[in-house]
Amino acid sequence: MSRVWNAVPDFFKQSDLRMVGGLLLLVYVVYALVNGFFAIVNNAGAVNAVVNSLASITFLMAVYAMMALALNLHWGYTGLFNIGIAGFMAVGVYASAILVAPPSGSPPGLGLPVPVAIVGGVLIAAIIGGIAALPALQLEADYLAIVTVGFSEIIRLTLQASHFAGTVQNPSASGYNVVSIFGVEFGTGGGQGITTISNSPMEFLFEGESGPTVLGQAVYPAADAIGIPEPVVLDLAYAFFLLLVVVSLYYVLLLRIGNSPFGRVLKAIREDDLVARSLGKDTRGFKIKVFMVGCGLMGLGGILWQGSFGFVNPNTFRPILTFYIFTALIVGGAGSNTGSVVGGAVFAAFLFEGPKLAARLIDAVAQLLFGGLPAPNNFYAAVVTLNPIAWLGYLVENVASLKFVFLGAVIVYLMQNRSDGLLGDRKEIASSVDLSQRPERPSAAADGGEPSDTAPSQGGEGS
Amino acid sequence: MSGDGQPADAEPAATAGPAEANIPDDADVDVEDIDPEAADSSVEEDAKTVPAGLPLRVQNLRKQFGGITAVDGASFEVEEGSLTGLIGPNGAGKSTTFNCITGVHQADGGTVLFQGEDITGRKPHEIANRGLVRTFQIARELEAMTVLENLMLAPRGQVGERMLHSILPGLRGDVVAQETELRDRVWETLEFFEIDHLAEEYAGNLSGGQRKLLELARALMVEPDMLLLDEPFAGVNPSLEEKLLDRIHDLREQGYTFLLVEHDMDLIMENCEHVIVMHQGKVLAEGSAEDIRNNDQVIDAYLGDEI
Ligand SMILES: Nc1ncnc2c1ncn2[C@@H]1O[C@H](COP(=O)(O)OP(=O)(O)O)[C@@H](O)[C@H]1O
Ligand SMILES: [Mg+2]
Repeated sequence: MSRVWNAVPDFFKQSDLRMVGGLLLLVYVVYALVNGFFAIVNNAGAVNAVVNSLASITFLMAVYAMMALALNLHWGYTGLFNIGIAGFMAVGVYASAILVAPPSGSPPGLGLPVPVAIVGGVLIAAIIGGIAALPALQLEADYLAIVTVGFSEIIRLTLQASHFAGTVQNPSASGYNVVSIFGVEFGTGGGQGITTISNSPMEFLFEGESGPTVLGQAVYPAADAIGIPEPVVLDLAYAFFLLLVVVSLYYVLLLRIGNSPFGRVLKAIREDDLVARSLGKDTRGFKIKVFMVGCGLMGLGGILWQGSFGFVNPNTFRPILTFYIFTALIVGGAGSNTGSVVGGAVFAAFLFEGPKLAARLIDAVAQLLFGGLPAPNNFYAAVVTLNPIAWLGYLVENVASLKFVFLGAVIVYLMQNRSDGLLGDRKEIASSVDLSQRPERPSAAADGGEPSDTAPSQGGEGS
Repeated sequence: MSGDGQPADAEPAATAGPAEANIPDDADVDVEDIDPEAADSSVEEDAKTVPAGLPLRVQNLRKQFGGITAVDGASFEVEEGSLTGLIGPNGAGKSTTFNCITGVHQADGGTVLFQGEDITGRKPHEIANRGLVRTFQIARELEAMTVLENLMLAPRGQVGERMLHSILPGLRGDVVAQETELRDRVWETLEFFEIDHLAEEYAGNLSGGQRKLLELARALMVEPDMLLLDEPFAGVNPSLEEKLLDRIHDLREQGYTFLLVEHDMDLIMENCEHVIVMHQGKVLAEGSAEDIRNNDQVIDAYLGDEI
């Protein structure tokens, strides 16, 4: 691992932005080459294939970076072991979907405007997070883990239950299942799922009421000329919106939370809660706040991720999703915000999608060399051929499930060899100022020239 | 630290700076004063009639762990501006007494008064915010935080501890300004304790003795009125011990009050004007170093336990 790091040009190590930029560049080059190659071998449109793959990998990198950042606030900074992430994402997605659904729909909703629904979804996720955490935060740390994972599954199963689906709307029918609270009627869609806020969040920029907007008129023909269809343009735009705007906002927000006296207390809670309390910090208040903010960010992450496909069902929010997000954070380095972004990108591009990409490459090479790979029916059939090419064919064919073996192996390797993750060993100092800056030595009087404070300054007088 | 912290202004200093931080606590006090039985409020009245020279008063403190009675009706007082020693053989209940005073443990009986107010059963952070701060017998440094971060954590009333202040562009300026001031104080403190060369080191990399220094420095950054030190010299080499003692005497002259737990008799005898001896959860004897040295009961207790 360190040899790989040494091979990276110094240029990319000089700042976090360059490092992340360099990583993205690497991902794009690898994905463009492999997918372009695969498309050419299969006589498909190379440009479309490349752009499509870039859009989808950018989307995945962005959503995992977002989620890893949100989790970093809980786990990396405060040491709160929240393993109910999927549940809090589900709350965000479902709450926004219900808020935006028309009252006449099936299931019915509240018919609110999209921005209100998004804000509402985030707030509801934060509040549900607070309710989940309130009793558990008083107990030992392990209880929080149990409570959150339990909560997450309760949320998923509740959303799945037919009792609240809102699909049978005739009050006299036997399966009547519309939820009614204070006269407001809604439903979750049950196992069938629910329509989310949008299926193409960037559409409004490119397409107005009457045909394409100015932007659409400019971009669509140009894209079409190089073989890129309109939906791919929209996907690409949304993926870059998430990466450049949303991830940046998450990053700045978390950097500010972390690099401040507030963040310092969070770190102290992680290190030794009793020390923080003995120094006068009401750690319980801090934990509740930070838990709610993190859950709000997870809810927003869900809305922007699973809420952007037009449709979602409760199966999306299985505990495996929580596991993926934890993996992303641990790979990048818990405690580091830049590490969270790097972890999200590396996880998405190399661990989550990497095996699929490798399979494509092998498939394409094999087609060129010997016109395709054999595809044995099962593991036994593959082994008894005693033919490495057949083994390879089996691997490529079953990459979707073998991915999990690979993921597990990488995690075991990382835990043993680099348990801090890629960037977890960096010093990210929790302060809004550069603490290493020493005051001038001969400073009998105030250094600035403002004679404001004659008495040595204390605590919160300043404001 | 300030150099002008005389005993008399210790209390205003505690409430003036971190005023906002103290508001919830004060509000709490009012509520609780009305709530509990009349007995409590009469204790408080007593407290107020006693001349303000005894910031800490422990009355009849009891604490049991299952069948073990760790503290068994201990009563003592600590004089303002003093360096009072609390000694006793291992297991005498000294640390447990500290834990009950500072809210880490709930006492099973008895009262703790700090500056005339009943703080029995209060939460550790409330007690610290009133100006009573402790260190731990086994140093509890915040390992993965640097020495600078450790010290920056401690001061009370930091505006940046409110999340919105730290996030919002308009308000973050206040946070930066205050942290700049605090940083200067932190560096001064590091120099005072002669650990400034370790400023950017992770606390977890410090030696045992350095951790003890760090803990004391960190406790002082709270700007408390009184410090409870639980065996601050355990694991500290003799030259560092000398240094720590010098620091403590310096600070005492500046007006701080200290209650020092130690099981090394000689050290206490040489440095404390007033000594309290605990044995099996009770206060066995109390008085000047000279009185204690000549007290037969104390000699028996110590010889009996072979310390
Ligand atoms: N958390 C605890 N649980 C159970 N017993 C305890 C606990 N803390 C202290 N004790 C017991 O209380 C007694 C007094 O201990 P302690 O206060 O640590 O003594 P000292 O600090 O004077 O050496 C000892 O018998 C000890 O074993
Ligand atoms: Mg002890």
